[in-house]
Amino acid sequence: MYRSHVLVCGGTGCTSSGSQKIMEKLKEELEKQGLSDEVAVVQTGCHGLCALGPIMIVYPDASFYSMVKEEDIPEIVSEHLLKGRVVKRLLYQETVTPAGVKALIDTDFYKKQHRIALRNCGIINPEVIEEYIGTGGYQALGKVLTEMTPDDVIQVLLDSGLRGRGGGGFPTGLKWKLAKQNDADQKYVCCNADEGDPGAFMDRSILEGDPHAVLEAMAIAGYAIGASQGYIYVRAEYPIAVQRLKIAIDQAREMELLGKDIFGTGFNFDIDLRLGAGAFVCGEETALMTSIEGNRGEPRPRPPFPAQKGLFGKPTILNNVETYANIPQIILNGPEWFASMGTEKSKGTKVFALGGKIHNTGLVEIPMGTTLREVIEEIGGGIPGGKKFKAAQTGGPSGGCIPAEHFDIPIDYDNLISIGSMMGSGGLIVMDETDCMVDIAKFFLEFTVEESCGKCTPCRIGTKRMLEILTKITKGQATMEDLDKLEDLCYYIKENSACGLGQTAPNPVLSTLRYFRSEYEAHIKEKRCPAGVCKALLSYHIDPDKCKGCTLCARSCPNNAISGTVRNPHMIDQEKCIKCGACMEKCKFGAIYKQ
Amino acid sequence: MACKKQSVPFSGTKEQEMELKETIARLRDTKGCLMPIMQKAQEIYGYLPIEVQTMISDETGIPLEKIYGVSTFYAQFALQPKGKYQISVCLGTACYVKGSGEIFKKLEELLGITNGECTPDGKFSLDSCRCVGACGLAPVMMINDEVYGRLTPDQIPAILAKYQ
Repeated sequence: MYRSHVLVCGGTGCTSSGSQKIMEKLKEELEKQGLSDEVAVVQTGCHGLCALGPIMIVYPDASFYSMVKEEDIPEIVSEHLLKGRVVKRLLYQETVTPAGVKALIDTDFYKKQHRIALRNCGIINPEVIEEYIGTGGYQALGKVLTEMTPDDVIQVLLDSGLRGRGGGGFPTGLKWKLAKQNDADQKYVCCNADEGDPGAFMDRSILEGDPHAVLEAMAIAGYAIGASQGYIYVRAEYPIAVQRLKIAIDQAREMELLGKDIFGTGFNFDIDLRLGAGAFVCGEETALMTSIEGNRGEPRPRPPFPAQKGLFGKPTILNNVETYANIPQIILNGPEWFASMGTEKSKGTKVFALGGKIHNTGLVEIPMGTTLREVIEEIGGGIPGGKKFKAAQTGGPSGGCIPAEHFDIPIDYDNLISIGSMMGSGGLIVMDETDCMVDIAKFFLEFTVEESCGKCTPCRIGTKRMLEILTKITKGQATMEDLDKLEDLCYYIKENSACGLGQTAPNPVLSTLRYFRSEYEAHIKEKRCPAGVCKALLSYHIDPDKCKGCTLCARSCPNNAISGTVRNPHMIDQEKCIKCGACMEKCKFGAIYKQ
Repeated sequence: MACKKQSVPFSGTKEQEMELKETIARLRDTKGCLMPIMQKAQEIYGYLPIEVQTMISDETGIPLEKIYGVSTFYAQFALQPKGKYQISVCLGTACYVKGSGEIFKKLEELLGITNGECTPDGKFSLDSCRCVGACGLAPVMMINDEVYGRLTPDQIPAILAKYQ
């Protein structure tokens, strides 16, 4: 028995900010102060507040230490763990109130969250199967195998209203039903863990924090559709997730929760890992299957749908990590429980990865129907530096930008589509007034051009042409006809591409055109970038009233473009200026501005 | 896609070849074995020169052109050796809006190489990557397994100096 447990986050965010070293130091210090038998150190998955990493929580009192440094450890051990005095100075300051230390669950960041898919993340040690079982793990699989028929399982999912969390939002129960109807000697259950959407890390956090939830749900799926083999296609770029999945699969096999005759019911199911090799298109279901088969990850035409002919030509279902993570809970708590959360057509919760210009970068799980305002202002803590909100980008390269006018829209699948974006897998990047929307659209197009597999012409050549036009716009060389051509191309590519990647590639352009057309026009007509991002359209100037003639700028200019004498206002030679911004950084009087 | 032409002569050892052959023998009968074999081969050799691809083809009977097709399709497979210190800069959305593009440019400028290339002395290679998942620390770059977060361009020379 331990009198205290210290949870140290071992997710990628905190590992990157040094949580492994913190953990070693902590163990060493406990040993030194003779507390190793009284205090347990547990490595957990992601807590969500990645911006505050490395994170450490001390139980039973749940004191939340953030941004912990190695040199803080001796003090935390001797004060808190030995003498029982919380080191308030090092706590997450939001939890410190005049009345005492507030529980984490009452902070703005956690208050509005509702954790189902992230239920165990940050709570259990993902590398110990007993901890998962201790929180009710594998009970759902037991219930399904001993008390329910495959049709019952599918009915529960249909009733729950669960829709695919990978972005498309297809009803999960229906997908399973279609695969069950097709008879075959072999069927497959696949898990899409190829989270390629830049700026999204929901699935990774689930795999790192609660890998068994995914394995359990896949086994349930296997029982429901009649499959005995599962594959998890996971990004090789997620080494921690891959490692924890391997451990989890081995442990589940050892406990006979995977393998032959599970729970003595005669049901066989096993899971293999396949590592993705860095191709965004492999997130598309048919491309993913082609890749598991060992080919170039090019999509296949549908029909036939994977439920008829999928992996190795057999009926296959493919669900995303977060979708699976919901399933054991739905089985245990019933479909009514799940359907009681969310909006009319989007049930349950959704995990979002908050990033960009926001205080609390990290992972949040909110009930469907929460407004963007609540997510950004309350949970996310607003935008740093007093800047103004401009747009939130959801759905990554397939999605769009949501402007301030839709700040109060309840987030669900259908609402986001109606305003020209999409749920996507859950990346939510916040942008402020200093972000140029044309530049953002160009950024996403660069991504799709690079990731287009090249199989169909509209996507391969069309996106390239779009990028060329966008580049012209950001350089101030485009005409209004180019803008029309760009828009036509968008619709053409949307309608004629073979797979989801191409069909959604124009979305970032279309949505920014819809809400920020004036910004495009400013680049074209006035040769001006209103946000001050596009370099070719910028020029640096010195305000003669503010310039004191200190010569600092002239000395820092790498191209000798600044002239002037001591104590007299300086000038920038626009011909020579290379727009590096070095002078602006150096000026102590704020006399240099760009426009 | 980055340039994948091969410029450094191949220098594989007998031990490496043995290890590759063992891997192939172990995986050959699994369905869809090609990518796992290639991933292991890259682990052994550090990259996939045409000589290694030919060995895989000879051992598995899979046509070389198919193996070449797969190796050029996926970003993970490198046809050129990587540097002793592999630098990858995250150009995912979260890092991009926080200025990782500037970090990348600074590295290009200091190292004199661009995306997918290696310095002539074999010391540094530079790649862009999409989201290492440390969005809380944006902008982020990695040198081998070490993560550097909350970067500004003026910190780069000092960081590189640590590896000189």
